[in-house]
Amino acid sequence: MQKPVIYLDHAATTYVKPEVFEAMKPYFIEEYGNASSLYSVGRSGRKAVEEARTAIARCLGADEPGEIYFTGSGTEADNWAIKGAVYAAREKGKKHIITSAIEHPAIMATCKYLKKEGFDVTYLPVDQEGFVNPGDVEKAIRPDTAIVSIMYANNEIGAIQPIKAIGEITRKHGVLFHCDAVQAAGSIPVDVRELGVDLLSISAHKFYGPKGVGALYIRKGVRLENLIHGGHQERGKRAGTENVAGIVGMAKALDLAIANMDQYAGKIRKLRDRARDLILSRIPHVRLNGPVENRLPGNLNLSFQFIEGESLLLMLDMKGIKASSGSACSSGSLDPSHVLMAIGLSHEIAHGSLRLTFGESNTESDVGYLVDCLEEIVARLRTMSPLYEDFVKANKQAAK
Amino acid sequence: MYSEKVMDHFMNPRNVGEIEDADGVGQVGNAKCGDIMKMYLKIEDGIIVDAKFKTFGCGAAVATSSMATELIKGKTIKEAEMVTNKVVMEALDGLPPAKVHCSVLAEEAIAAALQDYRARHGLDSDSEYAGCPGCCGGCGRLEQQNRNGGE
Ligand SMILES: Cc1ncc(COP(=O)(O)O)c(C=O)c1O
Repeated sequence: MQKPVIYLDHAATTYVKPEVFEAMKPYFIEEYGNASSLYSVGRSGRKAVEEARTAIARCLGADEPGEIYFTGSGTEADNWAIKGAVYAAREKGKKHIITSAIEHPAIMATCKYLKKEGFDVTYLPVDQEGFVNPGDVEKAIRPDTAIVSIMYANNEIGAIQPIKAIGEITRKHGVLFHCDAVQAAGSIPVDVRELGVDLLSISAHKFYGPKGVGALYIRKGVRLENLIHGGHQERGKRAGTENVAGIVGMAKALDLAIANMDQYAGKIRKLRDRARDLILSRIPHVRLNGPVENRLPGNLNLSFQFIEGESLLLMLDMKGIKASSGSACSSGSLDPSHVLMAIGLSHEIAHGSLRLTFGESNTESDVGYLVDCLEEIVARLRTMSPLYEDFVKANKQAAK
Repeated sequence: MYSEKVMDHFMNPRNVGEIEDADGVGQVGNAKCGDIMKMYLKIEDGIIVDAKFKTFGCGAAVATSSMATELIKGKTIKEAEMVTNKVVMEALDGLPPAKVHCSVLAEEAIAAALQDYRARHGLDSDSEYAGCPGCCGGCGRLEQQNRNGGE
């Protein structure tokens, strides 16, 4: 039997939709001119970039296209937002950053770097479901706070943060507010005006667009120091020849995502819920990590007690199922995921985590196959586990 | 990232299980680090006649446990003591740098089981091994290098 390939890692990246690829194609071979050039092949590139800017501004609810700046990734947008804001605020003696304990490494590592440079960072805790408390943001704000950065939706456990409530607080205190919406964009509505954010990052490859292109929304009037120095592209704020095809692809992908959002979210939510319910009912000693409500529609994160995540991933891969884990082994570090630790999991439970993120290509039958495979693999790994052995013995002892 | 041998020993691990009347049992690692190996030995006339293991851990942890039990079966205690992490690793056609500590754990599991055997039989130990004290992080320094990769 040929092994099926079931991709359940859409939060890591997605494929490029054919319509998106079609839209990008002309900008590789025919319309290859430099968008900053004056002759006609360049002008068509310029026009495409500006149309994309307008489309993305519309998709994100920005006041004007000029508030959208293209970058080389979501990571770059995050770096620019934080570094650009704190470097600009440094002159005014502001050196404090507020963020959460569950941010993506693009924010975490940036803050760590800035701390070494002398900035002060407050990492707000989250509750057991993975939510930041807006009240904590207010309490953490100091006269020297330069920026608050809280992600819209978490990449591991899907928790959708109370961004609007936080935005009201930052506005009240006149503090800049950045939101990493990389996981949210394309899955749930993102409206910068409604959310009250000053800066917001997105990345095309999370919503069926190409890799290596992102954008930063910068509210008009917000001043950021430049991160990438060079030519005059992006109105002198982000140097580097425009990735015309990538930018066009990102705009097309976001447009499509927004046009189909209700249908898409409904479909993947249904698959996710079905997988969750089947797994929890058929496999014992499983824990749902993250919230039930206010969660990205395609995100499922579970911990299988007594087993380790990388083993689980490898065995799933043998069955054609592509997933990810928060175990230390799969992240290449000694510690399991900082997100799972932040919601209060023990190391052991965090090591046994599995993230399944559903998307466009998944079907009902994938869910059935997944649950069958998981049931078999989990049982198999448990028979190999000394922790499970201890558990069974302790139970027998208790029954005596 | 894993060699074919590692994947073979992971997917088809040899000697998984317990030995009810084992002569020596050793457990090393801890759940905090994400790796626990438990090794059971049956020893007759100084020869390891059977070895079994249970492991909680990543693919490399399972594969090194499996290979370690294969390598010591039929060996004398002295010979088994020569099965170092390097020997296990070489037998598996190598491990990624971040997984070298798994082979160290396998070596330690053998040593811990032999130590237990000696203790039970009132034999003197000439090995210095005193058991893995838990997660000192010492075996994982290399891992720090490729922290927080993907996504
Ligand atoms: C929440 C979040 N922020 C930032 C990023 C980084 O985006 P990129 O891969 O485009 O650098 C990702 C995923 O990669 C993410 O999930």
